[in-house]
Amino acid sequence: MDATQLLAQASDVVAAADPAGLMPARQQMALSLGWHIILACFGVAFPAIIFVMHLRGIRKNDPVALGLAKRWGKVSAVLFAIGAVSGTVLSFEMGLLWPGLMGTFGDVLGLPFAFEGLAFFLEAIFLGIYLYGWGRMPQKLHLLMVLPMAITGVVGTYCVLAVNAWMNAPTGFDIVGGEVVNVEPWAVLFNQHAFLAFAHMWLAAYMVAGFSIAAVYAVGMLKGRRDRHHRLGFMVPFAFATVAALAQPFAGHFLGHDLAERQPAKLAAFEFADETADGATPLTIGGIYVDGEVKWAIEIPYLSSVASLNSFTEPVPGLDQFPEEDEPPVNFAHYSFQTMVGIGLLLLATVLLYWSLRWRRKQDLLDNKWFLRLMAVSGILAVVAMEAGWIATEVGRQPWIVYGVMRTTEAAGDHSGELWAIYGGSVVLYGGMTLGAIVVLRSMARRWRKGANDLPSPYGPQSPLAAADGPAAVRDCADERDLSGTGTGTGTDDTEAGR
Amino acid sequence: MMTLEFAVAAALFAGVLCYAVLGGADFGSGFHDLTAGDSRRGAEVRTLIDQSIGPVWEANHVWLIYVLVTWWTAFPESFAATMTTLYVPFTLALVGIVLRGASFAFRKYSETLWQARLFGIVFATSSVLAPFFLGTIAGALASGRVPEGGYGDAWTSWIAPTPLFTGAISVGTCAFLAGTFLTADAARRGREALAERLRRRSLVVGAATGVIVFAALIPVERDAPTLWEGLIGRAAPVVVLSALGGIATLVLLWRKRFGPARGTAVVAVAAVMAGWGIGQYPWVLVDQVTIAEAAGATATLQGLLVAVGIAAVVVGPALGYLFYLTQTPQWSDQGYGVEPEGPKRVHWSARLDD
Repeated sequence: MDATQLLAQASDVVAAADPAGLMPARQQMALSLGWHIILACFGVAFPAIIFVMHLRGIRKNDPVALGLAKRWGKVSAVLFAIGAVSGTVLSFEMGLLWPGLMGTFGDVLGLPFAFEGLAFFLEAIFLGIYLYGWGRMPQKLHLLMVLPMAITGVVGTYCVLAVNAWMNAPTGFDIVGGEVVNVEPWAVLFNQHAFLAFAHMWLAAYMVAGFSIAAVYAVGMLKGRRDRHHRLGFMVPFAFATVAALAQPFAGHFLGHDLAERQPAKLAAFEFADETADGATPLTIGGIYVDGEVKWAIEIPYLSSVASLNSFTEPVPGLDQFPEEDEPPVNFAHYSFQTMVGIGLLLLATVLLYWSLRWRRKQDLLDNKWFLRLMAVSGILAVVAMEAGWIATEVGRQPWIVYGVMRTTEAAGDHSGELWAIYGGSVVLYGGMTLGAIVVLRSMARRWRKGANDLPSPYGPQSPLAAADGPAAVRDCADERDLSGTGTGTGTDDTEAGR
Repeated sequence: MMTLEFAVAAALFAGVLCYAVLGGADFGSGFHDLTAGDSRRGAEVRTLIDQSIGPVWEANHVWLIYVLVTWWTAFPESFAATMTTLYVPFTLALVGIVLRGASFAFRKYSETLWQARLFGIVFATSSVLAPFFLGTIAGALASGRVPEGGYGDAWTSWIAPTPLFTGAISVGTCAFLAGTFLTADAARRGREALAERLRRRSLVVGAATGVIVFAALIPVERDAPTLWEGLIGRAAPVVVLSALGGIATLVLLWRKRFGPARGTAVVAVAAVMAGWGIGQYPWVLVDQVTIAEAAGATATLQGLLVAVGIAAVVVGPALGYLFYLTQTPQWSDQGYGVEPEGPKRVHWSARLDD
């Protein structure tokens, strides 16, 4: 992953005289979190998208919509599985990589994770029910099984972001004589930045999932597959992505509104403010920060102060105000931040253009090749923007793991060689999982295009799964259910009767 | 005894039990998958495994998350100490967990036989390795090999008699549970030949596991004296219970009473796990840190109990509903292209004409 290499370069700046476990731990965390967060986006946003499609299928008796919902369910089965296991990696890594953080603050930051675990539990349960419930439950009840997943996506995202917001703006404890005392776990769970951070990430999840799924059908349309299946498959996720992309700048703006007070060094790095200006700080585009100075940059007057402080006169506090050991890797944080904002604005402009042309001039951009080409990469763009945002906030928090309280160096362990070996193994492991997912998902799509509805697993030469997902109508028949109620092990009767 | 710390520790250990039984049965399926033979011979077993654990494995997996989160929240320093000491088995178990889940999902949607074989081998192998390494972690904790300050020896902390035995016990109990569950599943689906094959396997695996469990007591006396004291003292009743449960399961399997056999198998395995927990009480890290000493902030422990309470109310019924659904005929009747063996089944309405 690019993010990892970039992070490596950035971390070199602070690598001197750090514990042996710091560098490999950073690499490992960047890789595993950066990988998992993409799957997490689908876990959070995909259920609601599937729900709308499935609902449409039932309400309008639309077989195309039902077919799409069913396929998306199968895709989500693959994505959720690798999302679940890559999330587990993170639970282990909290202790393996950051024993100093967990040993000291485990009981401070733990409660949100407990509720996140609860949400994940419900998500896994209802995923199982929904995926295997096709044709085996009454239709409406089956549809309702998606809803808990959309709700747990909200709860889970909130809880994880509560912990991250706490790392950026610690609260709910005191340190007296080097000991953590007066722990208030509920204050951590409901810390004041948690909600804004949640809103920003939750919308990002809908952007990532919405644009990524829409991109698949944009590619199909580019290849000349212009049927209703592709149009509907594009429009539903695109509608979700539209709402999220429109709301996202506001969520981001409000999240950053008090950054100048909360984490001034991070803001200075984001804005490339090398020194505190007299009056408003200009927005800096391009350039590089070397030896305490930003060089070769284009400046747009006022804009930085306006965007980050809502002011035409106040300057952004400059990096010259902070001792060097308290500064984050400036260039890296700045470019990550601007990448996120830039792509976010591009996607916002794109959806605005689409809907305004459609409503004002009755013109459909789905007929435009260039629009489709842009949409075909919109999923990747959304992913890059989200990763860049995470890099900006995480790298921008450095050198602290708990801002102003614990430095990242204090949290890392003393292992080194072992952690590097683990990191090497992880690169292979994640590479393998990525490859596996791509191969399997592509082959599923290929078989669907060829007209296969069910995807039997080819365990044995006879493909014993060939009859899976049999006719749904048979099982809704009342006397069949009566029979099932009394039957003990005579399952196949229903299918027999249906033939 | 019923302190706040104890209540949280009990809730944590209840999670360990659930993971050992429910997650364990899913892992154990991998053992039977691995040993099912070539793709022709093993197709039936593998298909059954796919259908049995497909809807539930992710939910069962979350018990592990529950355990980890509760551990680091309630007993943070002991968590850090364990992680810095036992990072080798933790990492290997994690690799197993990741590969198991990913390749299970990949195999289900594989297009070609060679892909299914590849993912299947990875799924099955990692399903055996993960419980082994998780078992060694339990053994290392129980035999007092994790120092209070962490950073114990990376290798001798778990390559030792007790941890290796608990690793083997873990693999055995998983395979035993899975065998019993799969046998009952096959019987419920009317797959009699398959049920018979699995029944024989379960009998062998169950007997072998029972031997390992009780053979492990021999090194434990010397290798883990504190645990030994607990096992022959406070935990003696559950040790006896595990033996009775194991024997009852073998008898029930022998007499083809597959439904009740699942219950006794669960009792047997849960009792083995409970023996460990009760045996090492009141230590979190044996001979190093007790539950009371390891506990984090009081407010956090109370918060955790609230979370556990909510989980019991919200997650409990949902999980029950999922398990109920998987046992209904509607969820068991699909997925076989080949005709079932035994007397050919006909819908009851067809018999009305006779």
